[in-house]
Amino acid sequence: MTIYAQLGYTFLGLFLVLNWGMLMSATFRKIVARVAGRHGIPIYQPWIDLVKNAGVRTTLSHGTMFYLGPVFRLTGAVGMFLFMPALVGIGNEHWLNFSFQGDIILILYFQLFGMLGMALGAGEGGQPHSAIGIGRGLAQHAAVELPLTLGILSLAIQYQTLSLVDIANAQQGGILNWTLFTNPVASAAIMLAALGAFGHSPFNLVKAPNEIPIGPPTEYHGSYLGILMSSGAIIHVMEAALFMNLVFGGATSWIEFIIKTFLIYFYSIFVGVVFPRFRIEQSVVWFFKLPLVLGIIAILIYSF
Amino acid sequence: MKSLIERVSTKYNLQEVVQQRDNLVFAYVDKELAIDMVTYMRDYEGYAHFTLMSCVDWIEDGKFQLLYLLNNPETKTEFGIKVAIDRDNAVMQSAHHLWEQIWTYQRELKEAFGIDFPGSPRVDEDFVVEGWDDMPHMRRDFDTNKYAEETYFMREGRKSYDPATYMREKLYPKQPVTAKKNKDEQ
Amino acid sequence: MNELLKKAEANASTKEEKSFVRPEDEEREVIAPDGSIIKVNPIYDYFSGEKPSVEKPNKGVVEKFLNWARAESIWVLGFGTGCGSIEIPPLMTPRFDAFRFGVQMRPTPRQSNAFIISGYLSVKTLKRVIRSYEQMPSPKYVIALGSCTINGGMYYDSYSTINRLDKYMPVDVYIAGCMPRPEALLAGFVKLKEIIKSGKGEGANLYAENFDEYKANQKKVIKDWNMPDYNW
Repeated sequence: MTIYAQLGYTFLGLFLVLNWGMLMSATFRKIVARVAGRHGIPIYQPWIDLVKNAGVRTTLSHGTMFYLGPVFRLTGAVGMFLFMPALVGIGNEHWLNFSFQGDIILILYFQLFGMLGMALGAGEGGQPHSAIGIGRGLAQHAAVELPLTLGILSLAIQYQTLSLVDIANAQQGGILNWTLFTNPVASAAIMLAALGAFGHSPFNLVKAPNEIPIGPPTEYHGSYLGILMSSGAIIHVMEAALFMNLVFGGATSWIEFIIKTFLIYFYSIFVGVVFPRFRIEQSVVWFFKLPLVLGIIAILIYSF
Repeated sequence: MKSLIERVSTKYNLQEVVQQRDNLVFAYVDKELAIDMVTYMRDYEGYAHFTLMSCVDWIEDGKFQLLYLLNNPETKTEFGIKVAIDRDNAVMQSAHHLWEQIWTYQRELKEAFGIDFPGSPRVDEDFVVEGWDDMPHMRRDFDTNKYAEETYFMREGRKSYDPATYMREKLYPKQPVTAKKNKDEQ
Repeated sequence: MNELLKKAEANASTKEEKSFVRPEDEEREVIAPDGSIIKVNPIYDYFSGEKPSVEKPNKGVVEKFLNWARAESIWVLGFGTGCGSIEIPPLMTPRFDAFRFGVQMRPTPRQSNAFIISGYLSVKTLKRVIRSYEQMPSPKYVIALGSCTINGGMYYDSYSTINRLDKYMPVDVYIAGCMPRPEALLAGFVKLKEIIKSGKGEGANLYAENFDEYKANQKKVIKDWNMPDYNW
């Protein structure tokens, strides 16, 4: 396959993932509304918001880093997509994107990359609420990373590879081959950390609009916010895709991809609907308790 | 309560003692003795809880009447100490050393009535109305309607109706007003 | 005691005219570490002193499409100014559900494009309202809720509340009543949508065109003006 064909497939996949992410967040809000007995937003509301944000006339800048913050965030989102296989299995070689041996390390880095970029950009915005949001976000992310990384290392030892494609391919051929059943302890650590990685309630203190600071994006408006919204949509799908590839056997078709990411995303939503929001010190401590212990056990099992 | 009133009134020369309820007494005291008496009530009579401090503008008498309302949590009684101060020279001794929250009241009184409390912390700062440069706005000789007309933009065509007659005219235009009235009175 | 009182009176009579600029914001000279003297004026050093300019709308179909998007996605600044703000939370509840109309609440002025002035507006709040309004990016819309914003309502003779909101900022929709029910607010949103879709919601440009007039009216009532003329 030529590099151009590869690029074409990658961009097509990115387009699909972007729209699927926006549809997913709209569906989430629609479902929450229906649970509350409301009609809720029209299902196409995220696209309208995107157009409206692009049509905002005033654009203020606080400096170069302020511009680059959303760009970094988008880079992190697209980077996660580029180096993660969208579909695996026989006959899906053109949907592997640019994944390579050791791409898990890169994807873990890209998870943090957008956040750090936002931290720099929002910091230049000079809004004190942004600084509070960044402090909270990075603290929570550090707490999430630890059990997540331990779980992923356990999988790496189990499958003797750092390639996401190999891990996903190794789980093909039946539900009982999924990591969920072959390595339940590591799966539990990863899926508990996933709650924090998605950033929904109870771990949404960082950017919940009804907290006094909306968090890092306080100062972003117009097109900046549009970029942040679209990258947020991509990140939600790609986080779900990461956990799908790690724990739930990857996807061999787009239908499977959509169903699995939807279910993984809604696992975090359902937890969020049930539990109220944690304060930041509570959430950090929470990740350092059960998920961290599970992660250590998962490592120890495969160390001997 | 009675023994308390007797005890205090000889000591502080109370005037116009009114026992409103079994557990509520108001009394006037001289301006010079007021803070002394508040201190005494707090330290010796158990009125340790400061409920509120307020002011009434008796423009006809040329007086401001300050009220220190104290509460005794043990006997569950309240004692209101009233002080009349001169309206033209409105200065009162500060009591912020007794309860810290008093300086907020005093700051409010300074802004609303122009009563000065020398030595009270932050008493000259704006309290509610920012940047006020006119006569203190709670004094009764301050004409708020005139001030509003001069400062803000009145919209033309503002009318006031008596709600009862207006609704009657709107809802029952054909019915004579007198007949309706009789019906109401029955 | 009497001496103390006299001293206080003497102090009061010699007191200079009040300055409302905070000490750290005052125009002054400071000595830099290398010994040179620098003039600083923090209000204009930290904030932009630029005036707003008219931002012309696009032409033809593009603007119509954008206006449709703006009308279908009204982001309201969550800033309750008066008693009418109690009518806003029910809007989001199952009974009224403003989300159906594309109305959402935003916590920051930078991300919102509609401002509900809910009820009476005291001068103290007006100052904050102006700051928030000027920070909102154009195009922006103002919904005036309740009689108090129209002619002062029951507070028409109050010394601390303004009477006519449209003298201080351009208003797109008035909702009369004391208080208007949430249904009236929903009707106001529908009206606002019509205005935006017909291309008449140019309040921000109106503000920029008549900037001096609005500023003069604002400064007439806000006597402790200690901020830049336009809060970017």
